[in-house]
Amino acid sequence: MTTTAAMPSRRKFLKDSAVLMGGLVIGFYLPLRSGRALAAEGTPAQMYPPNAFIRIAADESVTIVVNKSEMGQGVYTSLPMLIAEELEADWSRIRVEAAPVAAVYNHTGFGMQITGGSSSIPSSWEQLRRVGASARILLVRAAAQQWGVAEGECRAENGQVIHASGKKLSYGALADAAGRLPLPEQVPLKPPGEFKLIGKPVRRLDTPDKITGRAVFGLDVYLPDLLTVVVARCPVFGGKVKRFDATGARKVRGVQSVHEVPTGIAVAATGFWPARTARDLLEIEWDEGPGAALSTPKLRAEYQALAKQPGAVARSDGDVAAGLKAAARTITAEYEVPYLAHASMEPLNVVVDLKPDRCTIWTGTQSQTMDHAAAAQAAGLRPEQVEIHTTYLGGGFGRRANPRSDFVIEAVQVAKAVGRPVKVVWTREDDTRGGYYRPMWADRIEVGVDRDGKPLAWKHTIVGQSIVADTPFEPFLTRDGIDITSVEGAATLPYRIPNLRVELHSPRNPVTVQWWRSVGHSHTAFVVETLLDELAHLAGKDPVQYRLDLLPADSRYRGVLLLAAEKAGWGKARLPAGHAQGVAVHQSFDSYVAEVAEVSLHDGKLRVHRVVAAVDCGMVVNPDGVVQQVESGIVYGLSAALHGAITLENGRAMQSNFNDYPPLRYSEMPQVEVHIVKRDAPPTGIGEPGTPPLAPAVANAVFALTGRRLRRMPFDREPLA
Amino acid sequence: MIAFTLNGKPAQVDADPGTPLLWVLRDHLRLTGTKYGCGMALCGACTVHLDGRAIRSCVTPVSMAAGRQVTTIEGLAESALGRTVQAAWQEVDVPQCGYCQPGQLMAAAALLKETPRPSEAQIAAAMDPILCRCGTYSRIRAAIRKAAEGGAK
Repeated sequence: MTTTAAMPSRRKFLKDSAVLMGGLVIGFYLPLRSGRALAAEGTPAQMYPPNAFIRIAADESVTIVVNKSEMGQGVYTSLPMLIAEELEADWSRIRVEAAPVAAVYNHTGFGMQITGGSSSIPSSWEQLRRVGASARILLVRAAAQQWGVAEGECRAENGQVIHASGKKLSYGALADAAGRLPLPEQVPLKPPGEFKLIGKPVRRLDTPDKITGRAVFGLDVYLPDLLTVVVARCPVFGGKVKRFDATGARKVRGVQSVHEVPTGIAVAATGFWPARTARDLLEIEWDEGPGAALSTPKLRAEYQALAKQPGAVARSDGDVAAGLKAAARTITAEYEVPYLAHASMEPLNVVVDLKPDRCTIWTGTQSQTMDHAAAAQAAGLRPEQVEIHTTYLGGGFGRRANPRSDFVIEAVQVAKAVGRPVKVVWTREDDTRGGYYRPMWADRIEVGVDRDGKPLAWKHTIVGQSIVADTPFEPFLTRDGIDITSVEGAATLPYRIPNLRVELHSPRNPVTVQWWRSVGHSHTAFVVETLLDELAHLAGKDPVQYRLDLLPADSRYRGVLLLAAEKAGWGKARLPAGHAQGVAVHQSFDSYVAEVAEVSLHDGKLRVHRVVAAVDCGMVVNPDGVVQQVESGIVYGLSAALHGAITLENGRAMQSNFNDYPPLRYSEMPQVEVHIVKRDAPPTGIGEPGTPPLAPAVANAVFALTGRRLRRMPFDREPLA
Repeated sequence: MIAFTLNGKPAQVDADPGTPLLWVLRDHLRLTGTKYGCGMALCGACTVHLDGRAIRSCVTPVSMAAGRQVTTIEGLAESALGRTVQAAWQEVDVPQCGYCQPGQLMAAAALLKETPRPSEAQIAAAMDPILCRCGTYSRIRAAIRKAAEGGAK
């Protein structure tokens, strides 16, 4: 078995690499241990650590230590590309290893080790190219010294340093000498015109492991003496165990022990099957608490009432009341979107080996620094006694970046109770009902248009729980009492509307909420882009032209809108009978995406045939990776738009598995085309921006086809025929 | 003891006969390529071959495997067809997170074994039970088409 979670016995960093690491001094040996059989392959004897991110071995292998979690978005390929470009490495020799938890691996913008916000490439773009360039300079210097020639007579190419005379030395042969040189002071970067790797489609480095079953996800980690644990958690949000009887559960063959833990009742067994079987036999009386009164209809009524009340002001241009009064016509529209589970294919799981003076964790996390601190606290250990091995993630979508570290803390608590190494496995039902959902949102917009149908006033009120409230992110993501993730995409409306006001209500309730691919944009794009479409139709204008008329001349929205329209044959394509197109455009994570969806209806069932996307995400590192991410974002958005809803009754999530929370299946997959706008700007996000425009593009196509406006998701619950 | 042939070699396990084959493969035999996704035959991440046919191992009691041939993703490359399917997956660069891919590959290989030149409807029938949350379906289609061409004699 091989794994990217494998760690060398220890890793040496240069003392003076502060220049590379954003001012962090990292002159220390990380106290890493090989951990377990995962590292059985061992490490080459001769290591060259020019810095924390690159190891060149005598066998010419170049190991890139990646400080972002690979959850499908391709960082185990695109981030090594950044280093390899400047390193002039032989790409066929590149290997990847997951970074341990250490300050040197912190996100350059967030100051902690975390993967999220579609920020892996933007935040690493400069950092990792400089890392690669520094190492290359040292390798050239080492060769020049060995040959007794001027550095200027040497160049680096494809894993070798070559002298003007034609003599060559390989990186593997130079690594040791280069590792003893002080870091260079000047680290110039290539102009984009000289890129050899960046901008070219590169195959994923993780594909071979993922088509053979060798890739190790958290669920695939086994330790000697390991017990599998499933936890019975209260079905009502915020509820607790009142009393329980485990007599029946303990009789199941393979069950070792049953424990009350802070989150519920933990059953530890020799494998998943006996643990799960025994859990079904537990008799538990719950103290359900006030959460038991929650239901979706009650929340809907509460939210709709709040949407009519003044809220905290997120944006205010002009005088919206006067604008509405002066309007030739006003329209009021109400929207609702449900709670959504992330539903990663790999259910949550954590392996914990807890010893009196040491806690070792294997899990697919997006949030190492916070999980590390939370685990230390839960274990009652000092941070340096805790180690986290990041495995491959079987999907993340935000769920595995929980600022509350719920699944990691629980697993440490379970390990404490059980007294042996544990693997806590969430069943699919646990994962679906376990909360940390995309919040349910209610939106209300009043628009006043002038005689030409152009918006004069736009008053948007948003109601939904804050995902950053009471988390360490609250101080950074809250402005004047507004959770900016609640209003992103609404308060950032790009259209020229003289009187514009966005207000927010952030009610609290016991349902736990969190970021879900594209976060606030997952609902605001639907709301604003379907209403824009509605206004275009009311004005008798083409929806693309109507938007162009409202966008500033230099707006980057225009390029993607025009490109998507052109490639989709907007207004020109001869669509099959019973088909119609809809369009939407949205900016998120500093990237711009327009999508044109083509739909039809058969017996009231909505079918999306084709989605044409145009993307402006600045310079592209791996074009095939960008295409993959936009395809993925579209499918994720389409699953939610067509089918996704977590609803509540008596405080309980009513969905449990893929039968009642169905992601998109193969036969529902539209033909997806992704077109990239060429732009010479620094790269911006791509993991999430494909998702927001999908739902409004589909809803607008449904209107074009049927004349019916969709203002609620998911669409499969709406009468369409 | 329950005995069967696993990836061409004899295997024996001491497990409750009702234990799903999935958990015998993973927890008893440490073959972790076969994945748990739903436990109810709803997602297909656990798809393996039983006597050459695709089954959902999460709802198949290990007793049903007794005396029969079980092939998992770890054994897929032992057949020429399996290698063809993997090569097509590699060429199209199908996986993203990769968690569902063992099930996708096993379902595709079983389809192509029975139907070397599948129609789009036949592909959909075989692949619809296997969920992918990352949205690799277009590439799965392309890879199956490629494998069908490459495998044609």
